[in-house]
Amino acid sequence: MDLVLFLTFALISVACALNMALQRHPVSSALSLIGVMVSLAVLYVLLGAEFIAAAQLVVYSGAIMVLFIFVIMLLNAGAERLTKKAGTAHFLGFPLLVILLALSSWVITNATSAAKPVKFGAFTGGGPREVGWELFTRYVLPFEVTSILILIAIAGAYRLANKEME
Amino acid sequence: MSLYDLFPPEFFKLSVPLAGYLILSAILFTIGVATFLFRRNVITVFMAIELMLNAVNLTFVTFSNHFGKVDGQIFSFFVMVVAAAEAAVGLAIILMVFRNRATLQIDDFDTLKN
Repeated sequence: MDLVLFLTFALISVACALNMALQRHPVSSALSLIGVMVSLAVLYVLLGAEFIAAAQLVVYSGAIMVLFIFVIMLLNAGAERLTKKAGTAHFLGFPLLVILLALSSWVITNATSAAKPVKFGAFTGGGPREVGWELFTRYVLPFEVTSILILIAIAGAYRLANKEME
Repeated sequence: MSLYDLFPPEFFKLSVPLAGYLILSAILFTIGVATFLFRRNVITVFMAIELMLNAVNLTFVTFSNHFGKVDGQIFSFFVMVVAAAEAAVGLAIILMVFRNRATLQIDDFDTLKN
């Protein structure tokens, strides 16, 4: 069943990502990105990372995407208009991206050819208990630094978005 | 006609190779780079950054599974936190730019050019 679930949700995530890249309207792109994030959460569960899967759903497809939709609605963003300015990017970009993808896939397949396959249930160290233990013992200093970072981000966002302080 | 009739029974017992997850991550990252390069709407470009961060998170979690250690998941947790902070500040900047320039087209933000 592993391979079936993996293939299903990998296809969903790639299709949603392509849809995000191709849609003209930002709201459609945002909804496709939510599809990518939800299917990635399922893949995290398959990899034995239950806590990260829950955090992915709550933080990414909950908080961050709501923020995105909120800003799109607030700015009343319509469909983007096409411009002719990006000639070089289109001309050089696609071949270089194909080379990037082919090269990274080649390196990955060569480097992991002897690796053992991923089996669901083989790794059980991803629950909230294990992650929390590591987070508050070995990684407690980065955790505290991150809280300061978030505090600075809140202050900066408030300062930037506040009309009256100019 | 169900899913079980379509494939032989061995298909449902197969496990996923490690390269499958990593190549999926590479594909998502490439799509993110493409969106970042080719789209002209600043909000969509910002969403492409989130897609790339998600692709990297998938790699972290895959290697956490592969090595049987939880450290990769801690890293992807930190990436999520930084992404949340970055989204808050970045969207505030977009709000500010829109208030001054009344446009979301990335070509119109060319004050630093020339």
